[in-house]
Amino acid sequence: MAKIHVTMKVNGAEVEGLVEPRTLLVHFIRENLQLTGTHIGCETTHCGACTVDIDGMSVKSCTMFAIQANGSDITTIEGMANADGTLSHLQEGFRQMHGLQCGYCTPGMIVRAHRLLQENPAPTEDEIRAGIAGNICRCTGYQNIVKAIQYAAAKAKGVEFKEAAE
Amino acid sequence: MIPGPFGYHRPASVGDAIKLLASLGEEARPLAGGHSLIPMMKLRLATPGHLVDLHGIAGLKGIHRDGNRIAIGAMTTQHELLASDEIRSSLPILQEAAALIADPQVRYRGTIGGNVANGDPGNDMPALMLTLGAAYRLEGPSGAREVMASDFYQGAYFTALEPGEILTSVTIPLPAAGHGYAYEKLKRKVGDYATAAAAVVLTMAGGKVASCAIGLTNLHETPLLAVDAANAVIGTSLDAASLKKAAAAAEAIMSPAADARGPVEYRKHVGGIMVTRALQRAAHRAK
Ligand SMILES: Cc1cc2nc3c(=O)[nH]c(=O)nc-3n(C[C@H](O)[C@H](O)[C@H](O)COP(=O)(O)OP(=O)(O)OC[C@H]3O[C@@H](n4cnc5c(N)ncnc54)[C@H](O)[C@@H]3O)c2cc1C
Ligand code: FES
Ligand code: FES
Repeated sequence: MAKIHVTMKVNGAEVEGLVEPRTLLVHFIRENLQLTGTHIGCETTHCGACTVDIDGMSVKSCTMFAIQANGSDITTIEGMANADGTLSHLQEGFRQMHGLQCGYCTPGMIVRAHRLLQENPAPTEDEIRAGIAGNICRCTGYQNIVKAIQYAAAKAKGVEFKEAAE
Repeated sequence: MIPGPFGYHRPASVGDAIKLLASLGEEARPLAGGHSLIPMMKLRLATPGHLVDLHGIAGLKGIHRDGNRIAIGAMTTQHELLASDEIRSSLPILQEAAALIADPQVRYRGTIGGNVANGDPGNDMPALMLTLGAAYRLEGPSGAREVMASDFYQGAYFTALEPGEILTSVTIPLPAAGHGYAYEKLKRKVGDYATAAAAVVLTMAGGKVASCAIGLTNLHETPLLAVDAANAVIGTSLDAASLKKAAAAAEAIMSPAADARGPVEYRKHVGGIMVTRALQRAAHRAK
């Protein structure tokens, strides 16, 4: 199959590449763009490790063709820190609340939680759990991930999050 | 986990999509949200030679009220159904069911058209469409036609869609004011297809069921309308004996596959329980 030229914005930078129609977006991101923060866990649309933000939606990038992202605006985990390089509220939350152990699910969790907080800046615990239902973590038991997201929500409002990590 | 090679096409109108499907022939398939098709392609259970991506067709998106009917464009996503005030006020059962489909990421991409056109017995929207008396608009090389959801499903992955046809919208008559509704879905975990599910839309008058429709998901190779079960509760106050009769009538038409979700007897048994629970919850909500 002939390769096709695509352009898109990734973490604020215009990028381009040649892709076969069947190239999955996650492979384009990891192999062509060398942005290996986006992980492949299951490759079957179940685990959410490959989640990226596309035009304001959380998408499992193993279940979309790169060619379909032509012209879109994408943010990956590499684009989650503040512009000056300091950690975002969410990243800080994952660090302070021990929201990760092996870290494999973390890029997908943070990218997904970012969109969740954009849509619902003050989620309840149930809303957080439902909001990250498409992201599987094999290590933490989710408790501290939920706290990390609560930490970020509180921080964005300028409130101190009092609970401790478990 | 890499799909076979295919040619990619992104038409900007329904007319162009139909022309493409006609000229590319049987090798071509429409691509909607891709959340049923791409996983099948990765497993090489589907190897289409061409994909006609419907995302470039602006006219296929949106929710419109047209008199006492709601028309939903095929490319409207589950996420958009959940965000819609129109759906919240006129067809709340669609939101209850959409929230039980997969997870947020899948719902941003998965479309109502793909969900009802797919023909997978595990999809949740088809049984709702039967329950609500919906019709599908199909457009193809020989023009447009409307097919009732109740006439659309012929077998697992076999539908009334002819080669080259696209499902462009779903039209749903508004349920009666004050109707009660419920979608009860038993699943093994979040994001799973139904082990068994039942949809109920009913109206109550003077404490008795005045009208009722019941749909069943993943309990047969097609979605089912449980007509005898619905008739068993009309005129009753949903007392224990009538509920038992309805569950038994529904179980009588179920023929689920035995799979990882359980043996046939189990799935029929829990299917009956889903019917009972949905009836009770719908009656509770009716005004
Ligand atoms: C992890 C996971 C869990 C899921 N759980 C559930 C669940 O619990 N319940 C549920 O209902 N679904 C579930 N799904 C499926 C999901 O809802 C799909 O999005 C949906 O089945 C298909 O919609 P789509 O827009 O993605 O269609 P696609 O995958 O693009 O298409 C599906 C099929 O329909 C055809 N098609 C699509 N649109 C049209 C059209 N307009 N006209 C004609 N043909 C068309 C395609 O050619 C293809 O054959 C799950 C998916 C995943 C990945
Ligand atoms: S790698 Fe995409 S969902 Fe698991
Ligand atoms: S931290 Fe190991 S999978 Fe989540």
